[in-house]
Amino acid sequence: MSPLRRRLMFGIPLAVVVVGGAGFYTILRRMQENAYDPHALPSPLIGKKLPVFALPGADGGQGFANTDLLSLPKPVLVNWFASWCVPCLQEAPMLAKLAKAGLEIWGIAYQDQPGDLANFIAANGNPYTRLAADASGLTAINWGVYGVPETYLVDRTGVVRWRYAGALTDDVVSGTLQPLLQQYA
Amino acid sequence: MRKLVFVLALVPVLAYAQEVTRDGVTLSQAQETRAEDIGSQLRCLVCQNESIEGSSAALAKQLRVIIRQQVVAGDSSKSILDYMVQRYGIFVLLKPPFMPLTWALYASPFVALLLGVFGFWMARRGKVAAPAPLSDADAKRLDELLK
Repeated sequence: MSPLRRRLMFGIPLAVVVVGGAGFYTILRRMQENAYDPHALPSPLIGKKLPVFALPGADGGQGFANTDLLSLPKPVLVNWFASWCVPCLQEAPMLAKLAKAGLEIWGIAYQDQPGDLANFIAANGNPYTRLAADASGLTAINWGVYGVPETYLVDRTGVVRWRYAGALTDDVVSGTLQPLLQQYA
Repeated sequence: MRKLVFVLALVPVLAYAQEVTRDGVTLSQAQETRAEDIGSQLRCLVCQNESIEGSSAALAKQLRVIIRQQVVAGDSSKSILDYMVQRYGIFVLLKPPFMPLTWALYASPFVALLLGVFGFWMARRGKVAAPAPLSDADAKRLDELLK
């Protein structure tokens, strides 16, 4: 066996294991830090303006259209939710906290019944500056929403900067949302 | 006889002329077949490893309706797929398109093949040539040593 061959025979598998292990370790570490979610889908809306829509108000709130999100004094969080969705219930305290801290949150109730929505808001409080209803769910399809809750960050010029699918947690808010809010303030 | 054969040959056409109702949309069998073909190329984002056609999720049902409405309206299959990609991104396609993001994916079989050829070449190159047959004297000595 030539020395080169011997070196390659031991070196190549070792290199594969080392590189693979380092990659795997990075993925796990980033998952633990909530910096990487293998189930997260990039939204095609990032960097673009929202599609055309006009949704009626719900539960006494003021509805809104895409044109209402084009020129804003500060970034707005648009939160898709539903009274029938358990993660939305878990997310409610976080939204209340964010609203109290001065963040403007606009809500869209996805495929909800007015009575159920009223009960949900009565029980969990109303963090929404504006509250619209997408009863048919067709606007949600145009946004690429594939479940509730989903949260979009819209900057002052109406460009979507971030989308998060799932309930907002402390880690997501402090690790991702707060830096983005500072960036686009 | 010839007439009978002709009539029998037309029987499959009847299946296509028939109307079907799927998820509340009425369309011809040919349109339904096209809609199913489109739906089976699209991922259900709720359950992620099922196609829209095979999923029982509410969103998948709603997308099946949209596909069928667009098929009835006469939209091309490509424009319907584009409609979905525009909203949900390329992940919605069960077969990833060939693009910079997927180059590594499509190149991987060829890379594996090249690695295999390289390994084979290394193994061949390292093989030591078989020793020349023993001379009579050596053979005799070997026999003695092995006794």
